[in-house]
Amino acid sequence: MSWTDLTATDLVPLPVVLPLLAAGLALVFARRPRVQRVVSVVALAGVLAVGIALLVLTDDRTLVVDVGNWAAPIGIDLVADRLSALMVTVSSFVLLCVLLYSLAQGVSEEAEEETESIPVSIYHPTYLVLAAGVCNAFLAGDLFNLYVGFEILLAASYVLLTLGGTGERIRAGSIYVVVALLSSIVFLIAIALTYAATGTVNLAQLSERLPDVEPGTRLAIQLLLLLAFGIKAAMFPVSAWLPDSYPTAPAPVTAVFAGLLTKVGVYAILRTQTLLFPTDPRIDQGLMWVALLTMLVGILGAVAQDDIKRLLSFTLVSHIGYMLFGIALATQPGTAAAIFYVVHHITVQTALFLVVGLVELRGGSTSLDRLGGLAKLAPGLAILFFIPAMNLAGIPPLSGFLGKVGLVEDGVRTGGFLAYTLVVGSVVTSLLTLYAIVKAWNKAFWQEAPQEIETDARVPRGMVVPTGALVAFGLALTVFAGPLYSYADRAAAALRDGSYVEAVFPDGHDRGVGESNETIPKAGAPAGPASAVDTGEGTP
Amino acid sequence: MNVIDTTPAAVLVLAIGVLVTTGVYLLLERSLTRVLIGFILLGNGINLLLLVAGGRAGGAPILGTTPLWHMSDPLVQAMILTAIVITLGLTAFVLAMAYRSWQLHGHDEVQDDVEDRRIARLAAKNEPSFEDADAVESGETLDEEAARTRDETDDDISGPGPVTRTGGEAT
Repeated sequence: MSWTDLTATDLVPLPVVLPLLAAGLALVFARRPRVQRVVSVVALAGVLAVGIALLVLTDDRTLVVDVGNWAAPIGIDLVADRLSALMVTVSSFVLLCVLLYSLAQGVSEEAEEETESIPVSIYHPTYLVLAAGVCNAFLAGDLFNLYVGFEILLAASYVLLTLGGTGERIRAGSIYVVVALLSSIVFLIAIALTYAATGTVNLAQLSERLPDVEPGTRLAIQLLLLLAFGIKAAMFPVSAWLPDSYPTAPAPVTAVFAGLLTKVGVYAILRTQTLLFPTDPRIDQGLMWVALLTMLVGILGAVAQDDIKRLLSFTLVSHIGYMLFGIALATQPGTAAAIFYVVHHITVQTALFLVVGLVELRGGSTSLDRLGGLAKLAPGLAILFFIPAMNLAGIPPLSGFLGKVGLVEDGVRTGGFLAYTLVVGSVVTSLLTLYAIVKAWNKAFWQEAPQEIETDARVPRGMVVPTGALVAFGLALTVFAGPLYSYADRAAAALRDGSYVEAVFPDGHDRGVGESNETIPKAGAPAGPASAVDTGEGTP
Repeated sequence: MNVIDTTPAAVLVLAIGVLVTTGVYLLLERSLTRVLIGFILLGNGINLLLLVAGGRAGGAPILGTTPLWHMSDPLVQAMILTAIVITLGLTAFVLAMAYRSWQLHGHDEVQDDVEDRRIARLAAKNEPSFEDADAVESGETLDEEAARTRDETDDDISGPGPVTRTGGEAT
């Protein structure tokens, strides 16, 4: 294939390939920090550009790439539909902002405190691998490839979380690693069962075969997948690991984890629940209870905290509940609201963690007992905190408000006891978020400091600008909420109208090739290559 | 129609059962090293599960060498290979982490959330958490507390003990 043959579909693998290549390059240039920085920034900017291009292209049709040029059920495929493209774009923007932020932080802290500074030579390759894993998970058209994407991003996240190997990070990291290992095992069990039941791991093919599977088996697979993704998304009964492990990492790492990693789990839930399984009211109702408990338990945890980072980690858990609520409604407007909420929450939560990093730098602590008077000391910082904080709590007319209104509207439209309970629950959660955030605002910014804040540390401009960019992006989500919401609506529509399967199997030939893996042609029958395929999808 | 025999071999099922049981048991331990061994056992159990998912064993899956209905499924083997590689990498990482933990704290215990415990103590005393500086409370930082506390493992194990080594400590 020459360069002139390149088509739009060739863009699809780039969000995975670019960061991986750049990670290799960054490792080669481990001793030349300046080159490393250029490589990382260029790679992530490239991914962002590709993401925007995909966002435009996928609005017309879903793009499918057969990796290695083997057609879908045999080879593995990467699929970019509206939802994937949206997630890739928002994630790459966030990744880029956080990278720029960490560049400035690395410079400023290296001299002062050895343990707090980021060892740049490991940081860049790992960060890029994380980006590749996140994008791979969003684009995977194959259950096993999704697993590989998860493992890539998790392995990178283990390293990032324990950067520097300080006592506190090792302690928090071991909890995180053990929980993540467990969730990977559960995911692998689900894959094995899926393969045993259907003879495929290709998502499009699964969506055609799973409805024929015996309901009990299907329910087991569905619940196992929900559990595996639920651990990653930090939904209630399996969310306790998150507030303990995230806050100890360096500020940019916490920010990117909070923004992206849980959302990858939410994305996986959204994708598998809409694509693979026929609507099952039992699952939806269960998910509603889980959503309600996630919201309430999360936010009550946040209210009790006296450290901003932990407080924000608990609000993170709590707001995952909103997205689960949208998914559990199993309607198009509900799903659209959930997608909009995911985009909003990625931006806002990351911005808040970045601001807290600045607060820590300026005030010397993240404990609400020690902070105070920052509104007077650093008014700019106060504004940067205030806007995303209000956005998180859902004050009109900000994007958080719009997302919540969408969810509440659809909850009321769906009706029924459980939906109304959730509507009430989400409003209460919103108010409690406001309470928790305002408490942090009062203690850290408004009141007099309990003790003199000695540091006259200047916050480097290189850290303020990316933070400001994210806050501005959050505001832009409010201003351009109309187009974004209608895009989310179209993305939600595409999730259930079968266009995903059509795009992967344009000839609709799947059913003919091996109804299930139990049947193969008779001994005497001519064994053409097409009929030889009973279970093969190619190597993952 | 010939039907692929997907009945799993009893030995494999038994092996999966034993590996998963021991794996889960060890995963519930406090010591990171034991958790790791549990993870390895569990991982191998799941690899066998994948193998069983691919149907009975057969000849090499190469056209011309083995008749179609005698081939074993190559895809599950590819998936298992990937899973083994991932497990290997993560094992190395967890081992390094357990060693680092032992270096810093003198044990490799996976601890409960120390900060959570502090908040719970404040709640038990019925004090609003944000008006009580933890420094006043006992004068020790969370890191020191983490080094001192044992959740389940015994204190009197003769080992490096709660060493005072603080190299690389971020306090």
